[in-house]
Amino acid sequence: MLAVLVGYFGDFELAEESTAEAFAVAARRWPSEGSPANPAAWLVTTARNRAIDRLRRDRVLAEKLRLLEVTTQAVTEIDVDESEIPDERLELIFTCCHPALAVEAQVALTLRSVAGLGTEEIARAFLVSGETMKRRLTRAKTKIRDAGIPFSVPSAAQLPGRLTAVLAVTYLIFNQGYSEPGQAGHLAGEAIRLGRVLAGLLPDQAEPEGLLALMLLHDARRRARLSGPGGQDLVLLADQDRELWDWPQIGEARDILDRISGSRGPYMIQAAIASLQAADPVDWRQIGALYAELADLTGSPVVRLNSAVAIAEADGPAAALAVVDGLDLAGYQYFHSTRAELLRRLGRMEEAGAAYRSALALATAEPERRFLLFRLAECE
Amino acid sequence: MQYALLIYTEPGYLDSLSPAEQKAMSKEYWALRDAPEVVTGAGLQPVTTATTIRLAGGEMLVTDGPFADTKEVFGGIYLVEADNLDQATEIAARIPALRLGGAVEIRPTLGPAS
Repeated sequence: MLAVLVGYFGDFELAEESTAEAFAVAARRWPSEGSPANPAAWLVTTARNRAIDRLRRDRVLAEKLRLLEVTTQAVTEIDVDESEIPDERLELIFTCCHPALAVEAQVALTLRSVAGLGTEEIARAFLVSGETMKRRLTRAKTKIRDAGIPFSVPSAAQLPGRLTAVLAVTYLIFNQGYSEPGQAGHLAGEAIRLGRVLAGLLPDQAEPEGLLALMLLHDARRRARLSGPGGQDLVLLADQDRELWDWPQIGEARDILDRISGSRGPYMIQAAIASLQAADPVDWRQIGALYAELADLTGSPVVRLNSAVAIAEADGPAAALAVVDGLDLAGYQYFHSTRAELLRRLGRMEEAGAAYRSALALATAEPERRFLLFRLAECE
Repeated sequence: MQYALLIYTEPGYLDSLSPAEQKAMSKEYWALRDAPEVVTGAGLQPVTTATTIRLAGGEMLVTDGPFADTKEVFGGIYLVEADNLDQATEIAARIPALRLGGAVEIRPTLGPAS
């Protein structure tokens, strides 16, 4: 419903406030008067009328006159079937993830407006104060309104690039939940939910499904990934109790992969790698080949870094270290932790210790910090 | 909505072009100015021609040079009409400076004071 009103007015705050008012009226009236025949249509109409009233009172910005011209048509009860309320969630998602907004704003807005999470909840998940998150959201909504960010699904020419941004935001949300299970664990589920919505609304695109499969595979291992009191200790993949993995979820992800295996996009390939990593024994050569395909596709040094893990398993740590040392990723935590691991396996403990320290300087998530400290202690 | 397109380039960004290419590019800038969605536009002469004034202690201070001494300098402006930011961006994408390492800032203009 929020999506419909945002689409109508192009103004998040107006849509949110009038939606809240409509619900408040319903809550007051329906228990005594009974609910209308078509509650959804009533709510949309009421919210829209409230917003129009507010716009009429608000004479400050000249741009609003443009909206008034649209809305002074006779507003009667919308004769609409609940199934006919247009599904404008896709427009909402693309608006929230518009490149003219800062990435952290895209993430916050998507969680607030698409996933419907509360501001405090989002703040906690990203380890900032409620006030900070509130300001971030307000700035984003103001920019959408003032800069005229359109409420629309991008044109066919723009769609691939814009979809990449939407998927990136979704994956960011997932990763936050994945790496901060204490504060943000439920975000993984929200991201998966969002992934399902995207896959459903964009049936012609394979990458939303690729991302969904990837998230399902990572998430399937959540119960085995952490141990210890308070679940603050990382368990490496090789040491995880496979019986704790969510096998039906892994099965669902593998079914998706079977369906989309023809379209070789970055998320689909990462999902294929994750699927292979869940096998026993692990086929590291095939994983290495997939990483090579992914590296060619993305040109990303981070991909090459991740491939080093597969290379280490297939060809030994020295070969992997040669690859890693050739990368320019000094500011990336996992560059240092990967180097440290490889150096440790080669018995070069002093260098490994230095690398673990570099990783610690960049690490923020508690389970990862504990793991790095533990490894560092082993080197000293 | 009306948007200002503010063009930023490094001084001498046209130097790598031949005179014929520079002339062609100049024609492009003028042609864009004539597009129906463009209200008006102006290219600025090089930053060496700039003078900046400000009030300091009640007195008018005049200095040689641009306001900001930056690597990329403000070099021109278009005012355009567009329904939304994406449309304004499409117009801005046609600005030749972008092909030579320049940047364009897109900002909505203020409406009339009420």
